[in-house]
Amino acid sequence: MTDLSTAFATALRLITTLDAALVEIVTLSLRVSFGAVLVACVLGLPLGAALALARFPGRQALVVLGNALMGLPPVVAGLVVYLLLSRAGPLGEFGLLFTPSAMVIAQVVLITPIIAALARQVVEDLWASLGEQLRSLGAGPWRAVPTLLWEGRFSLVTVVLAGFGRSIAEVGAVIIVGGNIAHVTRTMTTAIALETSRGDLPLALGLGFVLMLLAVLVNGAAYWIRDFARARGG
Amino acid sequence: MRSLIPMDLLRRLTLLACAAATLAWGTAGAEERFITVASTTSTEQSGLFGHLLPRFTAKTGIAVRVVAVGTGQAIQIAERGDADVLFVHHTPSEEKFVADGFGVKRYPVMYNDFVIVGPKADPAAIRGGSDAVAAFAGIARAQAPFASRGDDSGTHKAELALWKAAAVDVKAASGQWYRETGSGMGPTLNTAAGLGAYALTDRGTWAAFKNRGELEVLLAGDPRLFNPYGIILVNPARHPHVKAADGQAFIDWVISPAGQQAIADYKVDGEPLFFPNYRP
Repeated sequence: MTDLSTAFATALRLITTLDAALVEIVTLSLRVSFGAVLVACVLGLPLGAALALARFPGRQALVVLGNALMGLPPVVAGLVVYLLLSRAGPLGEFGLLFTPSAMVIAQVVLITPIIAALARQVVEDLWASLGEQLRSLGAGPWRAVPTLLWEGRFSLVTVVLAGFGRSIAEVGAVIIVGGNIAHVTRTMTTAIALETSRGDLPLALGLGFVLMLLAVLVNGAAYWIRDFARARGG
Repeated sequence: MRSLIPMDLLRRLTLLACAAATLAWGTAGAEERFITVASTTSTEQSGLFGHLLPRFTAKTGIAVRVVAVGTGQAIQIAERGDADVLFVHHTPSEEKFVADGFGVKRYPVMYNDFVIVGPKADPAAIRGGSDAVAAFAGIARAQAPFASRGDDSGTHKAELALWKAAAVDVKAASGQWYRETGSGMGPTLNTAAGLGAYALTDRGTWAAFKNRGELEVLLAGDPRLFNPYGIILVNPARHPHVKAADGQAFIDWVISPAGQQAIADYKVDGEPLFFPNYRP
């Protein structure tokens, strides 16, 4: 119990004093996660919609594969990206290993399947209910993709938040490809792992509380924006 | 047609994504002059690097990025060319690294020592001894729980050498009294504290470790617990992108009188943790 209250006090102190080291790692965490979510959306939303509407042999297998990739272990994703970006690997010449870019890439690998698979479900359901109407307006499945994504935007916010949640909470991949370098690739989660291994459990848990608060803030903001847009009749 | 709006939105999203990617790429600090050092958790977590690196950077303007992992993994990273300098503690592996052409030359830098920690109750009665091998044999006889790194790190290799000297087959005992955590020194100490197990740890990590529970140092001072560190420039002949000049500048500074003094000056609770031992 004392451990928990010490951790809570630590979290409070870190937040109220705007601890410089904390601000740095929070900024990097948000930067990496938002970057990864944006790229994953650009790739995953159209991919999910296409998968929902297209009819071709092997589609079911692709859907199953996409759903399975939602459970891709972060360590595996991290290792694959590590081997690709390593100097001895095929993309080594860019020197991206142990940089924030490498962390974004690893997280894009992790969350694109989540966003694509969930978006596919949303679009499929919408097409089932709106398809006839859209077809009567002369829109085939392909013309309908942007409209369907737009119509499903409120559900898709939740999809995007699922991707964000995975990326901000993830440690296995980013610690491998980022290297947890102080001031360069140290994020909230890798800092928590580091403090745990130093046996400073109150500080580790305190950082954990800050991370959860961050997640609540981002989700709250998304909820508020969605509500606001809905009220405006968007 | 409504689809005009989302088209515009999609375009904007794409632009935004590109901007975000650029932002993340930008934070890599492309302009900054830096080297990457593959090193061990003991040097990083004991706070030694926090003490040393700012002095070097202030003098040379070269920032040092440390990837702190186990010695085995650090050597892997250096062999693949993902670091400019290797700074670890397992002399046979370091010499092999140089002999295999991955490194230029090994310089001795400093040493500290391993200590055997264990529960206050000390079921194997090793407290105060001076023979690490006898203590290990005693732990095996008592079948007292022992938490091993099990991760091919320098500490793990040193521990295996002690078991071998004590003629104990830990492979056979793995999963029983011998627990391989497969993780770093800190997590292994966390496990040992939880299990009330013995463990071998470097003094630096122990000094900085806070979650000790019932653990305390039971045996230290055996010459076989000597733990020397070496520093090696990754061979630019094998990996042409290696920042040879800046990497060598770091090595030269660490073994210079100023660098050696900085190592000697680093203390935790008034006790020095590392002892410089470079001899030209």
